[in-house]
Amino acid sequence: MLVNVGKAQELPRLPADEKAVLSIEHLKVTFATDGGDVLAVDDVSLKVVPGEVLAIVGESGSGKTVTARTILGLLAETAISSGAVLISGRNVLSITPAQLRQIRGLEVAMVFQEPSTALNPVFTVGWQIAEGLRAHGKVSKKEARLRAIEALGKVGIPDPETRVDYYPHQFSGGQKQRVVIAAALALNAGLIVADEPTTALDVTVQAEILELLRDLRDIYGTSIVLITHNMGVVADLADRVAVMYGGKVVEEADAATIFASPQQDYTKKLLAAVPHLGRNSASAGATERAHQDRGVLVEAKHLLIEYPGRLGTPAFRAVDDVSFSISAGEVFGLVGESGSGKTTIGRAIAGLSRTTGGSLSVLGYEMLSFHERTFRPLRKDIGFVFQDPAASFNPHLSIGECVAEPILIHEQCSRSETQKRVTDLLEAVQLPRAYAERYPHELSGGERQRASLARALALNPKLLIADEPTSALDVSVQAKVLELFKEIQAEFGFAALFISHDLAVVDILADWVGVLYQGRLVEQGIGSQVMGSPQDAYTRRLIASLPVPDPGEQAKRREAHRALLHS
Amino acid sequence: MAETFTARRDPLLHRLPVISHFRKSMGLQRGMLVTGIVLTAAFLLTAALAPLLSPYGFAERFDTQQPPSSAHWWGTTSGGYDVLSRVIWGTQTAVMVIVVAVVLSIFLGVAVGLISGYFGGRLDQILVVVADAVYAFPTLLLAIVMSIAISHGQSSLLGGILSAGISITVVFIPQYFRVIRAETIRLKAEPFVESAQVLGASAFRIMRRHIFKNATRTLPLIFTLNASEAILTLAGLGFLGFGIEPTSAAEWGYDLNKALSDTTAGIWWTGVFPGMAIVLTVLGMTLVGESMNDLNDPRLRGRRRAGRTSQPANPAGDESARDKVTP
Repeated sequence: MLVNVGKAQELPRLPADEKAVLSIEHLKVTFATDGGDVLAVDDVSLKVVPGEVLAIVGESGSGKTVTARTILGLLAETAISSGAVLISGRNVLSITPAQLRQIRGLEVAMVFQEPSTALNPVFTVGWQIAEGLRAHGKVSKKEARLRAIEALGKVGIPDPETRVDYYPHQFSGGQKQRVVIAAALALNAGLIVADEPTTALDVTVQAEILELLRDLRDIYGTSIVLITHNMGVVADLADRVAVMYGGKVVEEADAATIFASPQQDYTKKLLAAVPHLGRNSASAGATERAHQDRGVLVEAKHLLIEYPGRLGTPAFRAVDDVSFSISAGEVFGLVGESGSGKTTIGRAIAGLSRTTGGSLSVLGYEMLSFHERTFRPLRKDIGFVFQDPAASFNPHLSIGECVAEPILIHEQCSRSETQKRVTDLLEAVQLPRAYAERYPHELSGGERQRASLARALALNPKLLIADEPTSALDVSVQAKVLELFKEIQAEFGFAALFISHDLAVVDILADWVGVLYQGRLVEQGIGSQVMGSPQDAYTRRLIASLPVPDPGEQAKRREAHRALLHS
Repeated sequence: MAETFTARRDPLLHRLPVISHFRKSMGLQRGMLVTGIVLTAAFLLTAALAPLLSPYGFAERFDTQQPPSSAHWWGTTSGGYDVLSRVIWGTQTAVMVIVVAVVLSIFLGVAVGLISGYFGGRLDQILVVVADAVYAFPTLLLAIVMSIAISHGQSSLLGGILSAGISITVVFIPQYFRVIRAETIRLKAEPFVESAQVLGASAFRIMRRHIFKNATRTLPLIFTLNASEAILTLAGLGFLGFGIEPTSAAEWGYDLNKALSDTTAGIWWTGVFPGMAIVLTVLGMTLVGESMNDLNDPRLRGRRRAGRTSQPANPAGDESARDKVTP
């Protein structure tokens, strides 16, 4: 239960507010935690008028999600809030649970980040849409079904009459998100709160969902509160932008203004940190592949990797006939959407998963006849940086112990020498030496990823595999880690396989880029050329669907993307 | 080597299982935990101080079936034993059985669970089937079979404790095995274990350094719950006549068995006191275990409401300040 201790009732109802669908006034939310009270949202006031898309942007911990959840009265038990959240004149913070239920669904609906968990797997999607209808008044089975079909049709699910009886697992991720939006539409909610609605989706699917949300606004006049950290998405969809930092709204303006002339330092820094495709390319001006004079470290020829199927089902081919090579000192960027096999290739090179056919030679070792015992001596020449810096450290070991681990395993070193090397490594990744004594959870995400880099570099490897190393980080942190990565790569001169779904990030680092699609390497070439003039149809679509953080440019790109889809 | 970097953390005292839980608790949960701790502490103290506390030895005989009096505060049994002394000495037997049972089963269960979970494959399948088979037996039946096999049903103090302890061990190993195996399988897929694999750490090193400590977080909880179950099993064995001879040690289950015929004769003191001892001991340990379980889970852990105090966030966790606002 929410306890509203504020002065919500005393707030004067301004006549100008009548028009607003949502009006947040001096909202404060405090959480009780083991470490004491945490003020998550501090005096936030926002307004949304009908048919407007308000984007709330900010990094993790800025309070944007808490603000969004407060709109639907979805706060945890440990939270208390004050101020007012007015939806058509009613204060969500002070109304009874029954009234709140009325508002939910009929006036505000929520679209969650992860569509696969927002839908109940044991009911058909039609039933789940009808559930919302039944919650708000008596609806006959037949009518509910009709309205569910209608809603599914509106969000662009093909053949809604049959698919209304499908279960969530029969839809793709993007379609599931459409179903969630359809459930919101069925009740005709005037306001949709979308909490990172496209973060869990691939870029090409993201473009489709953004298109759908834009249609909702244009056709049905739905207002949308869009919570996101992706400035490209903001540029694509938002009318107005509120930038949050540390629980406060630091800047609020229309989208065009905020991108063109940000006023606050924080907004400026945030925008500067966003990688922009085509700017700051590592291979700008390059005409031929670099580093070819030195030896080849990794060579894949017609590589096949299959995951065994369950009884009766055929094996799943994750990597299909892929050929590429990585030379010493070269940064090879591997891009692709989820399920494209990019991580599988990285894991195969590191000896974490086995290859099925073709040939994969890593530092001269043929992975097809892999044996842990014979491969182990080579491991000291391969570093690996994992995606999630929080999970890739043993929580019971200090950072120093974690970084020392490879040295202890592969070399006989005295204690003081190990300590010195760890300190040097931490300094190389720009972490204070005192951090050796800290535990992983005492570091921020960016610091942990630096420590992860230090661990990977401990034995001065010839090859570094980085699997989405910046995906779990905030934009500004990502920018710093990427910069550091670039510096260290130049200093140590190792070859790197840089795996990412983010084209702009890969472009910043990689000399040579390969594009994977459904297990096949559809295109490879010099980074700036692949990004600038893609040859393959999929690559073209992928690049066109990537939103850039600039509303004007993005509008043009959107048109180009549409043209590409309809051609 | 490994301890090259000694990290600063909370003082050791604050990281001990029960104490760290106490510091996290509040309200009803703290009440439950404290009750459990008090009962368990009383049980352990009684066991340690049994020679000082008890007026007589556990095997001393007096007139039979005397009601409570100044000489015999809780009366005497049909065998002529002093009830108070038997109950006090019984705590020692119980503690010894718990120690034997839990120590044996923890070491074996954890080791087998780690190996089974980490390597997987055929070995894992066989071990799981064996564990499931043992699990399918009724606990007490298995304990009886073991008791007969080890000591032919009756025995001395050491033989009795060992047979009771080992028979309980057999039942508990699958529990530890399962918990540790499940945790190991989960941890095996964690990036930090994979990162150790990528570094080229040996399987033994990964198990010892990276999985063991992370997999054994829940052990204090199972330990307390199993300790209470061990007491119940011991009492059950004694009640059925597979326990320890009254002359070699005091044992509550045996006393309860002998008190059975007294109930119809209106002699209540022979049954009530050993029974109470069992109930309170088990209750105490279960309360500690259950509270720890709840406190380990941030979603079940009760918290003081935010904003009741004017003072700002206090990461150091000032206990006195937090206590004041506890309802």
